[in-house]
Amino acid sequence: MVQAVAHVEGQQHPIKLYLVVWGWLFVLSTCSYLVDYFGLHGYFRWSLILLFMILKAGLIVAVFMHMAWERLALMYAILVPPVLVLVFVGIMVFESDYTLFTRIAFFGAGK
Amino acid sequence: MADVALANTGAAPTRPSGWKGIAADWSSDQRAFKNVSWGKAMMWIFLLSDTFIFSCFLLSYMTVRMSTRVPWPNPSKVFALTIGGTTIPLILIAIMTFILISSSGTMAMAVNFGYRHDRVKSAALMLVTAAFGATFVGMQGFEWTKLIMEGVRPWGNPWGAVQFGSSFFMITGFHGTHVTFGVIFLIITSRKVLRGDFDREARGFFTSQKGRYEIVEIMGLYWHFVDLVWVFIFALFYLW
Repeated sequence: MVQAVAHVEGQQHPIKLYLVVWGWLFVLSTCSYLVDYFGLHGYFRWSLILLFMILKAGLIVAVFMHMAWERLALMYAILVPPVLVLVFVGIMVFESDYTLFTRIAFFGAGK
Repeated sequence: MADVALANTGAAPTRPSGWKGIAADWSSDQRAFKNVSWGKAMMWIFLLSDTFIFSCFLLSYMTVRMSTRVPWPNPSKVFALTIGGTTIPLILIAIMTFILISSSGTMAMAVNFGYRHDRVKSAALMLVTAAFGATFVGMQGFEWTKLIMEGVRPWGNPWGAVQFGSSFFMITGFHGTHVTFGVIFLIITSRKVLRGDFDREARGFFTSQKGRYEIVEIMGLYWHFVDLVWVFIFALFYLW
């Protein structure tokens, strides 16, 4: 089966879209760098870091990797499993709290 | 031939949208990913498995950092550079981040020009991407050298928790390896584009499949993934 060359092929989007996303990624990266530069601390720092991280990751996956235009069946098959890693994160948070507790109990509070 | 079944990227069949569509795609006893070629689907599945690998690295980093009694070295100070007498925190890492993002931008445009059969622009943008990637690896080499000279080892460092070194070398080392392989494959793919392999549908030496411009997009998926992983490393290792 020969495909006609003129046939619309693959992902066709205007270049401007990529430039806009590129610009936003620069802005978001600058923001996350400024979080460190101004030395923000505590929950404010962590929530900002996570927010910028998720926005950047979303832009890259959705636009650069064209996930926004893929079929729902592929989208869910690829994007849902990594979310389950959060369960693993929860397990390891409990585990490392316990390890820290036993270390403090047996070796003291450290330097 | 078999190419039709394997590489068909024709229009998606009309199916219900939303959850019903997903159920229909998966239960149809055919291919689950209707309008996605096997090459692209396999790249996505590979990237999913790679996601789990990097998740495990970042998770083990989280675990050792949370469970140590010794204070963690402050990445803001460890990765600071003194340029012209002023010490700027984390500046090298910030520059590396911008370089990798730029490489993603040029790669996205290379894919676009590929689908427009603009061989020269597509190949040139891919080579620019490869150059950005090589710069990134070079700066990582500089960073590793600097830290090793300052006494950072996988088993210890001058500033605090010994697990810092092993986490750092493991995570950035694996990421740098991914970038390096990406650069190599970018050069190979750009050569194929420039030669017109995808216009002539020349068969690849490895899979014997007909060349097509989708290969540029699949290459792009891998490259954007490398950038994606860096987003997480930057946030969780360097900024946290």
